[in-house]
Order: sequence, then C-alpha cells, then structure tokens
Amino acid sequence: MNTLRNHLGLIASLVIVVLIGLGPIVSQNAASREVAFTVLRAIALASGLNILLGYTGYVSFGHIVFFGLGGYIGLYMITAQGQSLWVAMLLAGLSSAILAFLLGKSILRLRGAYFALATIGVNEAVRAFINNFEPFGGPIGMSVNFGVYQKYGGAMQALNMSFYVMLALTIVVVIMSYLVKTSKFGLGLLAIREDEDAAEVMGVPAPDSKTWAYVLSAIIPGMVGALFFFKNGSIEPAEAFPLHTSIEMIVMVMLGGQGTVLGPLLGAAGYQRLRGLLLINPLFKNIQLAVSGVVLLIVILFIPAGVVGWLRRRWPQWRRVLQ
Amino acid sequence: MILQIQGVSKNFGGLQALQNVTFDLPEGQILGLIGPNGAGKTTLFNVINGVYLPSKGRIIFQGEDVTHRNTTYMAHKGLARTHQIVKPLNDMTVLENVMVGACFGREGHGLAQARKIAHEVLEFIGLSERADQLASSLNVAQKKRLEMARALASRPYLLLLDEVLAGLNPSEIDHMVDVVKRIREQGITIIMIEHVMHAIMNVSDRILVLDYGQQIAEGSPEEVSNNPKVIEAYLGDPKLAQRLMEGAE
Repeated sequence: MNTLRNHLGLIASLVIVVLIGLGPIVSQNAASREVAFTVLRAIALASGLNILLGYTGYVSFGHIVFFGLGGYIGLYMITAQGQSLWVAMLLAGLSSAILAFLLGKSILRLRGAYFALATIGVNEAVRAFINNFEPFGGPIGMSVNFGVYQKYGGAMQALNMSFYVMLALTIVVVIMSYLVKTSKFGLGLLAIREDEDAAEVMGVPAPDSKTWAYVLSAIIPGMVGALFFFKNGSIEPAEAFPLHTSIEMIVMVMLGGQGTVLGPLLGAAGYQRLRGLLLINPLFKNIQLAVSGVVLLIVILFIPAGVVGWLRRRWPQWRRVLQ
Repeated sequence: MILQIQGVSKNFGGLQALQNVTFDLPEGQILGLIGPNGAGKTTLFNVINGVYLPSKGRIIFQGEDVTHRNTTYMAHKGLARTHQIVKPLNDMTVLENVMVGACFGREGHGLAQARKIAHEVLEFIGLSERADQLASSLNVAQKKRLEMARALASRPYLLLLDEVLAGLNPSEIDHMVDVVKRIREQGITIIMIEHVMHAIMNVSDRILVLDYGQQIAEGSPEEVSNNPKVIEAYLGDPKLAQRLMEGAE
C-alpha cells in the first residue's frame, strides 16, 4: 500500500493514458481510434520534450527533428532493407539518440535563446540535407509498398496494431518521464534548470547531465516517428520536419505544466481536443495555429507554471498526485 | 596544509583583480578575508573554486594541483561555497535544495541518504520548519542559511563563505557566528569574506587583507587591526581598530 501511495503521481498519469487508449478498444470504432492515436502521439512527443524543456530548462524549438529523422530511418529500414517494424523503430530511436548526443556535446553549451535558435538551425539543416539525399528519396521521399503490411496481417490489421504500439510507447514515455523526475539524475536536472552556475558549484556535472537529458528526450520522438510514418505509408521532408509542430509541442508542455509528469499529458490531450474543434469550425479552420499562439501567450502571461503547476500551488495537499 | 595559494594572479582585460596572492591555510582554521569593495575577495573565491582560471600561479588543494580544475571537480573533492548574491534553486523546496548538495557533493549520496542528511543539516542550521516550502518563499536571512545548508550537506573539507552576514540584523548575525563556530568544531576549514568587522575579528584565527588585488597584510586579528597599512586602506580610523578588538573580547 505504502509503495503505491508513493507512486500516486505515476499511477494517475498512467490511468489517464490507459483511459484514452481504452475508448477505441472498447468501441472498436476506426475514427475514434485515429483520434486517440493522434492524442497519444502528441502525449508521447510532448512528454519527450518535457524532459529537456521542463526538467532541464532548455527550450528546443526544433525537437521535431528527432521525429522526422526517426521516420526516415524507420521507413528506409522497412522499404529499402526489408526490416520489420520492430527493428526499424529500434534503429530510429537509436539514431535519434546518437544525433541528440552529438548535438548535446556541441550546442548544449549555448544557453537560453542561443540554444533555442541553434535547435531551429539543426531542424532546418537536417531537412535540407534529406531534401538532397537520394537514398532517402530526396524531395519526393519514400513510400511503403502495400505488400509490407501483409506481414502484419494486412493493412487494416497493421493500422490496428500501430495503435496498440503507440499506446505502449506512450506508457513507456510516461514511466520514463516519472523515473527521470524522481531520480537523483532528475534532481540534478532540476537544479540545472533553476540555476546552472549554482548547480555546477554544488557538483552537478551539468554538461553530461544536459546531454543525457537531451538523449532521453529524443529517443521516444524518434521511435514515434518510425511508427507514425509506417502507419502513414509515406514520408516526405515537409511532412517529417514541420517546424510548427515543434512549436505546438512547446505549447502543449507549457499549457499542461512544464516540469511535471502529468502536465504534458494533459496539455497534449487538451491541445489536441482544442485543435480538433478549431479545425471543424469554419471561422477558425485556417487560423488554428494563430489560436495556439494566443494560447501560448495567455499561458505564459497568466499561468506560467501551466495547468498542473497552477493546481499544485492552489491545492498543495494534492501534490502527491499532481507530480 | 589543506590549501596552498602560490603566486596567484587574475586579470580581466587590463584590470588586475588579483596580484601575486600567496598563502597557506592549515586544516581546521578559520581564515578571514577582508578588504574594501572591489579588492578581489570574491574573485579569489572564484579562482579557488574553479569558476575562473587564474592567469598565473598555482592552487594546491589537499596536496593536489587543482589550478585548472573546474568547479564541479572541486565540489567532488570536498570544496563547498556560498554566494554573496544568494542563488537559491527557487522552484524547488528547501529540502530539495539541500539534497542537491548531498547528492552531488563530495560523498555523492543516493536520494534516500541525501534526504536524511538534508534533514540533519536543516536541523543544525535552523531551517527545519521550512523544509517543505519553496526556496523562493524564504527571506534574505533564511536564504543565506539555505546557502550554508547546501554547502554543508556536501560534507566539505573546505568551506568558502562569501558575506554570509551581510544584510542580517544583530541577532541573526549572532546566530550565524555561532553556526560558523560550530562548523569549525566539526573540523571543517573555513575561509570567510566579511565586512562585519567585530564578527570576523572575533571568529577568525587569521586574517588576510586584500586591497586592489594585492595582499597588504596577513596575521592574527590583533596584528592586522593594528597594521597601519590596513588602517589606511580599509579600517580608516586607528581608534576603530582598538574598539573592534575590545568588542571582540
């Protein structure tokens, strides 16, 4: 019982993820499954970003680069190398991790706005590179031969399976986020976020910690990318590296509450819901990104700690649940 | 000798912040570092601590040449410091602040042990009731104590205290001086920068005086406060020295 109480924060987050996943499983409705897939994808991406943005305090405007790179590596493995989805996802995660490690060693020396600008540069550079990289199909991209899906019991079955894999990935990312937050490593990250100089004076190995935080925050987006484009059936540069999705990820994390496990989850689910409503509204369907900009502005101005941060402050006795 | 400073200089462009500073610090002593504003006291801390590299000279900590080591390395070796301008980790609780010291300092504890040490240190320093508050909610005096607690939680061999008494009222100063003495009793060597003269004369075994980056005097509190150069550069009034010494007794 006692150990359960200590992990209430994790349990609360997992319950929400499972509930989101359970809806389409129970209803067996393909449309609601696709909606849930999008929400889970957003949660996984936002939770990954949160490890860097929320725990470590480094704003990455180009985090989608890991999603895109993972997608490309994954699809290349599936189409050109004939590998299974599992191998593709593993390699996608690994290559995202390696890219993050190298970037961490170089651009994480930069602080604040300079780091944020550098991440945009990285995203654009990778996009430009892939645009001109023939093995990945250059500007046309790659597409999956329908025969590939036979391995997974046909295209319909593959869509269904992708949903379960997405659910599993989301559960993994939530657990990972919680483990990082409650570990000694996580304590060091929080110290870096609050005052990097003071943290170093206290002995936090800031350069290494930041690099590993970056690596951890990149792995899951990489794997999600491979899965997403496997399900999508094709990939092209503009679709793989959309800068505005990076910004949407930041909005989700800020809205829900940066630096908490539950925050990115609520933020992503809430934002996707809002986006869905806007897209079917004739007035807002073309300016839904402007609305997300306004949301970000309102959050930063009035509840900089996000929804979960605000709730934690309002009801401190609920802190155990609102991790 | 726990610390040996050998001919250390530090330039910032054309400004000579430290010129050929040399001293040895035996274990278990309290060394007071005084001097006018801009004399290079905090710069000396930053050089010892690895925040800055010295332009010239060597720093030996416990027999090891640490001249080119960074601040994280020094923390692991058993050096801790407080900041003149406090640097609380605002959005973390007081307890978590202190746990960072215990986790990443010399002994590098795990979270459970660090929590225990943090509670002990907070008890010692008198911040126990605030353990679960956010560090940002503390007042200045409490933030100074938090800086001390963080430094102590790392169980250092050498502690650098940068103006821990500044901005405190007389009763808070008495409390802090008492804490400093009790830290020394635990066998921790201390260098402290201070402008509160009666306190530092009272608590230090030796005093070092810096002026424009130069060491102008070194010795016992009596010697230093009677030194004409120190009186001219810093104390200002010969009678003051005498009053200080009387106050200290």
